[in-house]
Amino acid sequence: MQAMIPSSYRIQKFIKETQDTFTIELKSIESKNGFTFEPGQFNMIYIYGIGEIPISISGDPNKSGILTHTTRAVGIVTKEMAKLKKGDIVGIRGPFGRPWPVREAVGNDIVIVAGGIGLAPLRPVIYHVLENREYYGRIILLYGARTPQDILFRKELEKFRSRLDIDIIVTVDRAIKGWTGNVGVVTTLIPRAPFDPINTIAMICGPEIMMRYTIIELIKRGLGKDKIYVTMERNMKCGIGFCGHCQYGTEFICKDGPVFSYKEIEHLFGKREL
Amino acid sequence: MIESLEKVLVQHPFVEGLKPEHISLIVGCAKNVVFEPGKYLFKEGEDANSFYIIRSGKVALEVYSPEKGSIIIQTLDEGDIIGWSWMVPPYQWKFDARAVELTRVIELDGNCLRSKCEDDQSLGYEIMKRLANVFDNRISAMRMQLLDLFGKS
Ligand SMILES: Cc1cc2nc3c(=O)[nH]c(=O)nc-3n(C[C@H](O)[C@H](O)[C@H](O)COP(=O)(O)OP(=O)(O)OC[C@H]3O[C@@H](n4cnc5c(N)ncnc54)[C@H](O)[C@@H]3O)c2cc1C
Ligand code: FES
Repeated sequence: MQAMIPSSYRIQKFIKETQDTFTIELKSIESKNGFTFEPGQFNMIYIYGIGEIPISISGDPNKSGILTHTTRAVGIVTKEMAKLKKGDIVGIRGPFGRPWPVREAVGNDIVIVAGGIGLAPLRPVIYHVLENREYYGRIILLYGARTPQDILFRKELEKFRSRLDIDIIVTVDRAIKGWTGNVGVVTTLIPRAPFDPINTIAMICGPEIMMRYTIIELIKRGLGKDKIYVTMERNMKCGIGFCGHCQYGTEFICKDGPVFSYKEIEHLFGKREL
Repeated sequence: MIESLEKVLVQHPFVEGLKPEHISLIVGCAKNVVFEPGKYLFKEGEDANSFYIIRSGKVALEVYSPEKGSIIIQTLDEGDIIGWSWMVPPYQWKFDARAVELTRVIELDGNCLRSKCEDDQSLGYEIMKRLANVFDNRISAMRMQLLDLFGKS
């Protein structure tokens, strides 16, 4: 795929996930070859006539026939995207970016901490580790959503949980009587999560403040800074390290990231201005 | 009975590291209680006579709003403690606490604990240090909750 020219993809399926989040499943119009990617990579999605935005791939890395993206409608492009339907066409450039360290994590416990839409970029990691289950120790997913109605991929989480070889703990920030799950921020789940801090790799995706407090809790549990990975979001244009739009200190999020170890970006993380 | 309560109590993170003589003192204020799902440990406005150490189960802290019904502010489970209103005048609960599942707790009598903390201030200081840690964690969590991070920006 040419890095600067979008290829056309047709929407095969449009799934409304929650009140503001949707998933599209795409198939290439131009090529019969599948779309291969690694967990954590993203595409630049072009909504014709509106604009182009970076969105992580949320599907199964082992199924190259279908390209899947899950998006929350927050602004101009994503709200137009939310109006698309089966049969519509979008432009795709990618996959771009450094993936989650699923290979480096072999032999370790895996702790995945996701907040809100942050579960989407981490779902390919879950598919990958479950398909290669024997290579990993304990697998723990800690997921925080705003309310029970905002829980993403709920049915699928229930299905994963029924496998019994993954611990999934979900919490919501607010709920009314009738909800029998946890209420409280996702960071409160970390102190008692069942992982071995000496042999654990953590992968975090969510709003930056959530990631900051999650890191604090993981370090308190004894995890090294080089064992904690986060994914960063900045506005992007080219997606391939040319334009400088996504510059973060000396790094370009689009090509040096979006996944970084905390050790690499500790000096930048949470800084007001760079 | 007291001996077995002591064994259960020493395993709880809240009392971890407490001197044996202090544990013996607080065991004198303790009893083992089980709440069926849906039962209230206490309700807002009632006298706060107890301090709860959760052994297993899940408890929802709730505030009732006439418009929205009961809103769950937080859930607590194994390893958590509930309540410090037994220590702060006017010794009244400021929220409801409801067992979401079958919940086993060690209930400490607030008056008894308060007087033991007054009599032996080294015990009082140990309890305060542990409670301060709980306050710190809960306040940090509450701040994050207030930021409504997953809401519309
Ligand atoms: C590498 C990378 C991967 C990403 N993956 C995903 C993904 O998988 N799913 C997804 O939904 N988004 C993802 N994003 C974020 C997504 O790119 C932005 O939400 C999108 O660019 C917003 O474009 P817009 O035109 O709709 O909003 P704009 O019109 O540009 O912004 C409108 C309003 O929305 C706010 N806004 C913008 N971005 C966000 C955001 N991320 N969260 C909350 N509010 C925001 C702005 O502050 C502004 O107030 C990713 C971003 C990056 C850099
Ligand atoms: S988006 Fe252009 S350099 Fe990263």
